[in-house]
Amino acid sequence: MKKLALIAVIFIGIILFWAVGDMPAFGDPDAPANQHVARMYIDRTLPDIGIDNIVTAIIASYRGFDTLGEVVVIFTAGISVILLLRRGEER
Amino acid sequence: MRENVVIRTVSRLSIPFIQLFALYVIVHGASGAGGGFQGGVVFATSFILLLIAFGLPGVRSRFSGRSARIFAAAGIFIYAGIGLLCIFYTGNFLEYAAIESASGIPHLHALLIDLVEAGIGITVLAVMTMIIVVFADKGEIQRD
Repeated sequence: MKKLALIAVIFIGIILFWAVGDMPAFGDPDAPANQHVARMYIDRTLPDIGIDNIVTAIIASYRGFDTLGEVVVIFTAGISVILLLRRGEER
Repeated sequence: MRENVVIRTVSRLSIPFIQLFALYVIVHGASGAGGGFQGGVVFATSFILLLIAFGLPGVRSRFSGRSARIFAAAGIFIYAGIGLLCIFYTGNFLEYAAIESASGIPHLHALLIDLVEAGIGITVLAVMTMIIVVFADKGEIQRD
């Protein structure tokens, strides 16, 4: 069983390393990932929002609803941890 | 539980700078690296230092569990309140551009992003501090 797992890992590893050769170079501006929506953010952040930081513009403005959900998740997680740790105490 | 005088003095000196740096990270989020999540966690580390140097009563007297819970909810209320304000200015939820165009104040969009980041920071720092205090509380109880 252990040998079979090792063979599977090596086999999948060879496939993955084989695929690395077809990936675009790191930071390549012509890569497909940089052609689609990233270009729009780079072009429109300053005229749309008026701040320099594109990451903050995406987090707080373009994807603002998503970030609101993240904050609620942190709040809920914190409250749950406290409820679990304080279980059985008075007050 | 009070640590020795060196730790207490160094903490007393460095805590204001840690908190100032945290506020800088939150406010700087719009123009460089930073933001509410990072700044909130940095602010919470100052309370960890306070806890190490002055013990649980030192933290309790400055930031009680009750006010931590209020702060944690207040941060979300700031964020969601700004989102609702956009609806009153006939925009979509969290569409800050609607407020900027309706009120005519320049750079209001960037200012609202800073306010939202501050709300995130308040929630994160309150939740982190709450968790730390509860863990420390558990430790004290088990030691007795």
